Amino acid sequence: MIVAGIDVGGKNVHAIIAKNGTILAKAEAPSGIKKAEAAEQLYEEVLKQAGLKREDVARVVATGSSGQRVTFADGVIPDAAADARGVIKLIPSARTVIDVGAEEGRAIKVSPEGKVLDFAINEKCAAGTGTFVDTMARALEMPVEEMAKLSLQSTRSIPMNAQCAVFGESEVVSLIHQKMPKHDIARAVHDAIAGRISSVARIVGLEDDIVMVGGVAKNVGFVESLRRDIGAGVKVPDDPEYIGALGAAAAAAAGVLEEKVEAKVVEKEVVEEGEA
Amino acid sequence: MVEAKKVEYWRWPETAWVNPDIGWRKGKFVTAGVDVGSVSSQAVVMVDGQLYAYSNTRTGSDSPDSAWKCINMALEKSDLKVDNIDYCIGTGYGRVNVPMAQQTITEIACHARGANFMYGPEIRTVMDMGGQDCKAIRCDDRGKVLKFMMNDKCAAGTGRGMEVFADLIRVPVWEIGPRSFQVDKEPEMISSTCVVFAKSEVVGLLQEGRPENEIMAAYCAAMAHRIAELLNRLGVEDKFAITGGIAKNEGVVKRLEKELGVKTVETGWHDPNMRDKGLPFDTQIAGGIGAALFANAMLERGKVKSARKA
Repeated sequence: MIVAGIDVGGKNVHAIIAKNGTILAKAEAPSGIKKAEAAEQLYEEVLKQAGLKREDVARVVATGSSGQRVTFADGVIPDAAADARGVIKLIPSARTVIDVGAEEGRAIKVSPEGKVLDFAINEKCAAGTGTFVDTMARALEMPVEEMAKLSLQSTRSIPMNAQCAVFGESEVVSLIHQKMPKHDIARAVHDAIAGRISSVARIVGLEDDIVMVGGVAKNVGFVESLRRDIGAGVKVPDDPEYIGALGAAAAAAAGVLEEKVEAKVVEKEVVEEGEA
Repeated sequence: MVEAKKVEYWRWPETAWVNPDIGWRKGKFVTAGVDVGSVSSQAVVMVDGQLYAYSNTRTGSDSPDSAWKCINMALEKSDLKVDNIDYCIGTGYGRVNVPMAQQTITEIACHARGANFMYGPEIRTVMDMGGQDCKAIRCDDRGKVLKFMMNDKCAAGTGRGMEVFADLIRVPVWEIGPRSFQVDKEPEMISSTCVVFAKSEVVGLLQEGRPENEIMAAYCAAMAHRIAELLNRLGVEDKFAITGGIAKNEGVVKRLEKELGVKTVETGWHDPNMRDKGLPFDTQIAGGIGAALFANAMLERGKVKSARKA
């Protein structure tokens, strides 16, 4: 049976076409402002890549923050459910999934069957998401990939006080003015976001194997910082940004068109109280 | 923020003022308060507890110079020199970088004291929004802090939150308040708390073709809501005063008053006649005023000795 999974995220859309557990084609594109159209266009592209027509696909399942906008989907499942299914397919020993995308950071406790046992998400604060990394790279005036590689050259950690992408940007500019070496600043940026992610992950518990997915998993600087924080055993599969689409395709293959997941939404406590 | 733009919509004008009616040489004590924040810096000079001079400036990226810049700017049109000052207190986020200060006091204490001076002894609640923080303070009739709540970790509900928005929609930050009321009806507030996510939401609204004034109204409403949450946690007791840059933004102030069901004490800021007279005060100098008043009190009570050099 041929199935398709489409993951429509805040920044990118990913699509996978699979047959009997094998990936036939995959594609990605920016999701832009008009998410439904972006999903349509990418689906056409991935079908072309597979040499297939719409009628050849038995079932389409969508996921992602704009999964509901996919007009041609037979079902929609939450990101966490898609992540769980996708990771278990690739790494059956996975028990904790950390997924950091452009606009949210989530941690999922998964069962060996690919079900969500527990789930925590930060989706209210840009720090702890890919947007934080993008913003700091802009402040350092270099592409994200370059900043990531540069950070690996650092041998020390300098403190980064800001817990906010907006304040962090000012802090980076200030560190540059203070002539802090850029590789140390780059590492501080990745350490900061790794710290925020690991505290979300600790809410669901860190049980091996821990697998890191989502676009930010491709950031070598971030993965290094996360391994320093929660353990060297953190695994990153190939094409980590496709896990959502893969999981959606797996759901389609299993005939699962919807799934309920309860989220623990992380609120950032920022208020200091005092008397004089 | 990478400073490569030609037009900077967040850049509010720096101000300075000297009181023409006070002869500083006739005074007993000349004191100064220098408030160095992460975004703006103010210097306030008082003669026997009366407002003599002040400046409101932008903190540069090299903050050790900011203290000198703002005190020099405050005294530019006066013959008073820094060496004539009896006692100077530094406050604000950068208070360790105020080389001319004899000691430092926290900005919470200074803002409460300053608000008491600016708005009177009936003030019991002060909201001050700085460049990178927001404080809600309960005080007594002498401006002494009873309790407070502060956010200095999240850009939402801080001056930067408004500056970032001004830059995004390319409208000078001081025009946002008035324009936010030039709408047919009050729109829904921006739903994202986070400034970064709110920016994406605003981009979406702009691309939808929503009128700019409506977007400004939505953003001011969201900011007012955020501040109201902080104030309601603390509890607002009448009379209520707002200091800091945000007091100049009626788009936020009026919506905040509506949500709290409390009116703020009137300032002279919105009165165009007051502005032409060079303002009795700029709402951003509350911290500097408090610091200068503390200095005066300490000298009066003999707690400290004059540090005057000339």
